[in-house]
Amino acid sequence: MDLIEFYPLLKSLWVVWFFLVFTGIVAWALWPSRRRRLEEHATIPLRDTETR
Amino acid sequence: MTALDTAATPVEARRAPVYADDVIRAFMIATVFWGIVAFAAGVYIALQLAFPALNLGLEWTTFGRLRPVHTSAAIFAFGGNALLGTSFHVVQRTCRARLWGGDAFAWFVFWGYQAFIVLAASGYVLGITQSKEYAEPEWYVDLWLTIVWVAYLAIFLGTLLKREEPHIYVANWFYLAFILTIAVLHIGNNIAVPVSWFGTKSYGAASGVQDAMIQWWYGHNAVGFFLTAGFLGMMYYFIPKAAERPVYSYRLSIIHFWALIFLYIWAGPHHLHYTALPDWAQTLGMTFSIMLWMPSWGGMINGLMTLSGAWDKLRTNPGLRFSVTAVGFYGMSTFEGPVMSIKAVNSLSHYTDWTIGHVHSGALGWVAFIVFGALYYLVPFLWKKQDVWSPRLASWHFWISTMGIVLYITSMWVSGIMQGLMWRAYDELGFLQYSFVESVAAMHPFYVIRALGGLLFLSGALLMAYNFWRTIRGEEPARLAYAATPAE
Repeated sequence: MDLIEFYPLLKSLWVVWFFLVFTGIVAWALWPSRRRRLEEHATIPLRDTETR
Repeated sequence: MTALDTAATPVEARRAPVYADDVIRAFMIATVFWGIVAFAAGVYIALQLAFPALNLGLEWTTFGRLRPVHTSAAIFAFGGNALLGTSFHVVQRTCRARLWGGDAFAWFVFWGYQAFIVLAASGYVLGITQSKEYAEPEWYVDLWLTIVWVAYLAIFLGTLLKREEPHIYVANWFYLAFILTIAVLHIGNNIAVPVSWFGTKSYGAASGVQDAMIQWWYGHNAVGFFLTAGFLGMMYYFIPKAAERPVYSYRLSIIHFWALIFLYIWAGPHHLHYTALPDWAQTLGMTFSIMLWMPSWGGMINGLMTLSGAWDKLRTNPGLRFSVTAVGFYGMSTFEGPVMSIKAVNSLSHYTDWTIGHVHSGALGWVAFIVFGALYYLVPFLWKKQDVWSPRLASWHFWISTMGIVLYITSMWVSGIMQGLMWRAYDELGFLQYSFVESVAAMHPFYVIRALGGLLFLSGALLMAYNFWRTIRGEEPARLAYAATPAE
């Protein structure tokens, strides 16, 4: 069987690929060891030293 | 000339950059100006629907020509100026870098964008239109906007690239998604061939159901990326700033962002239920619309929970009250939207005023309120004042506009569901029970209520404009309303 014949099949599974990528993003974001570093980013707007 | 003449005691050793603020001030003034134009046009065409004589018998003032003036002024002029201005503010502050490309380039985007608005609106009044909803401008306006938009993208990206802050704050992700997606949508939906070089008429490249699908791929993602993603960027910056608290969960904001990006682009077909569009595409659109509940509510929770421990600020800060109410309306209208995308519900709601009510709970409740919240923060900030001239007037603005929204959306719910039920009512012999004109007559009282709601919303915006005028002129705050009364 030619590899090229798999192409339409793999292409039609786009929703699966998207789902896997998205699952990867969620796992990356929620990985416990990243928690502190990611949550620190939330303070970026508040670190502004600018006053009015 | 710009900010930071008065640098406070530096918390960080890093020297704070001098930001380009003049152009942001101009965007804020343009936002207020176009907002009032949009709301006034809305009130006028709402009155036309209730009292058709207000068409005045002139072609230039008919509903068909003024309606796109209203929608474009609300979405692209009011919302657009707010998005461009706040994105320039947020990207500079969170990257700690001055706008890339120099002041003249940023001013080109400002004036270029205003020119786009004037070109588009003047065309509508004269009857020059592509007849595509929210994409009415003809080819020459589309080309001009493309140039301005690419310049905008270049400034935004350039500023991100020269940032001093190592991480790109999440608000910028939403703004960037908005800028990029709108560029793609705008070009994709406006591929057209002009009839002549010096004429205004063009014909679109696609036709039939493909054209309809491209139009609603554009139309729904204008909702998703112009009216949602961009304003979520606003939420992720201005609510933490006003509440003086970091966003509830930064990790949730990452998931919120990617879920929105992955899902929104597929939801367009729900605008074409029961049309020539293949059934599978309709069902796909419906399914993705329902899945959108997740990012929408995730984002709403993230915005609202940012207030935890700071809810008392709502009592003293009318601007924050606008922003938080906006997030509430965001949750409500993004709950309603997926419900309406279900085919069975859509068979009742489509082509009725329910859709109009839904759009306005999003446009007035979410978009306009989150803009008002940002404006009440930014105007005193950019003009170096302690607060707006009158917080009490801002509070009046809040309640008057909220009443206006309530009147607007409840009257449209009743009118819309009534229309839907009247159109599908059969008598025992299988004939339609009502003629179309009977349903039109039945809508009259609700149209009057809707116009009243719009009038309240416009009045609130006029109060805001007056308040800003007094603030910018440099008068001290009229009174410290609600000054430090401790919450027991």
